[in-house]
Amino acid sequence: MMNKRRVAITGMGTVSPFGSGVKCLWEHLLKGDSAVQIMPDMQEIGGLRSCVAAVVPAVDASVIDRKKRRFMSPMSIYSTVAALEATAMAGLSEEKITDRGTGLCLASTMGSSAESEAFFQELNRSSSIENIKSTMFFKTMNHSCAANTAQALGITGRIVSPSAACASSNLTIGLAYETIAAGNQDIMICGGTDEHHYLATAVFDIMNAASYQYNNEPQQTPRPFDINRDGVVCAEGAGILILEEMECARKRNAEILAEIVGFATFSAPDNIAHPDSQTIVDCMESSMRQARLRVEDIDYVNAHATATIQGDIAEAQAISAAVDNKVPVSSLKGHLGHTMAASGAIELIASIQMMHYGILIPTRNLVTPDPKCNGIDFVTIPRKIEVNIIIKNSFALGGINSTILIRRNRND
Amino acid sequence: MTETEIINIINDSMVKEFEFDPDMMTPDAHMVKDLGMDSLDFVDLVVVLQDAFGIKLRNEPQVREINTLGDLHNLVLGKKRELDAEGK
Repeated sequence: MMNKRRVAITGMGTVSPFGSGVKCLWEHLLKGDSAVQIMPDMQEIGGLRSCVAAVVPAVDASVIDRKKRRFMSPMSIYSTVAALEATAMAGLSEEKITDRGTGLCLASTMGSSAESEAFFQELNRSSSIENIKSTMFFKTMNHSCAANTAQALGITGRIVSPSAACASSNLTIGLAYETIAAGNQDIMICGGTDEHHYLATAVFDIMNAASYQYNNEPQQTPRPFDINRDGVVCAEGAGILILEEMECARKRNAEILAEIVGFATFSAPDNIAHPDSQTIVDCMESSMRQARLRVEDIDYVNAHATATIQGDIAEAQAISAAVDNKVPVSSLKGHLGHTMAASGAIELIASIQMMHYGILIPTRNLVTPDPKCNGIDFVTIPRKIEVNIIIKNSFALGGINSTILIRRNRND
Repeated sequence: MTETEIINIINDSMVKEFEFDPDMMTPDAHMVKDLGMDSLDFVDLVVVLQDAFGIKLRNEPQVREINTLGDLHNLVLGKKRELDAEGK
């Protein structure tokens, strides 16, 4: 793409399993904490072996007006609270946020499962829809989080909600980046959000990809890249970033947290559920080519690594092939669990913090690397290092693969 | 159930559902102009009242004629009396 406009990151906000705010997320990551806990309700479900998750502590939703909040399930509350933090950090005025030049690109894996479940339970109970409230549909529709967050913020530019399961927020950030680079919007509020429901854990458990051997010691799982890993731990939360055309950001003297310099997403059509190493390599190499960067320029890879047996091996082999064993790699799933559609954004936010503070967060619960994942430099203890270029990987069921490449802000 | 008890249940249900300030719940409060209710709030109000009293208002044309909270009180009181007379 020639003559494309440059794109800065000027704000970020999160509601993570550790609580609300980027500061809260960073403090817990620095301490090496785990947000994973036992879920007693899930122990009551027959056949569900995985009974652990990482869920968001109580969020103060009263900051959102009742007229907007009534249409929101938890995922939209999380994304709105995170978006308010991000727009405040970016110093965006209300006039700027509500200008047609500002759009929103936000996605979840699906609409609210809890709300759909409640609808059908009521229908089964009463054989009637007379007890269903008018707000139900707005919580179950696929673009619920995008529509609700846009309504709460007063967005008048484009709204896009490209759901892609666990890679959703890498795609929303990438598409927002391309939207600004192409000159179609000046500012994009982007990211992902999800609320935990046992359906998500069940989906992975049915496929033998959910962790269940650590139900009695939940903070020992998930274990990305570790020989004793046994699968995903589902989680919830929201991550929001403010992307802005570079000159637009500079003109208003915004603090530029980082610059997005590459994005690639490719499909792997051989199998809807299996990861594909070569496609991951192609994503990483394509994003590096776009940014005109070489392997030796990359300072850190924030891996998707969810702690599934196959997924971690495929990603490790891809990283080894794309950037060899010279680049430090870690996954944050051991701290946060898998925050699904929010994972790409929350982990990119954490990566920007690593760049800012010059310290790499290690992979929690990685004690003995799986020999099948060898060939890469695992970060297993906090590492102080100057970080200028970061690759963020994110993949999803459905053959979705994606890579975002960010660079420390420069004055050129 | 006395009229006062019925009115209190209506007001309490609305305060809980719509997060109104209890001090606003006066009979002359206009449902739209004072309480800020919109068409979807009226849909949910019908569900809330059905849940509280077992009365069905969804197809009642009088619902569209409610202007004030006092109008709503009178409608529910009338419907409740009808139900009680039918022994339901």
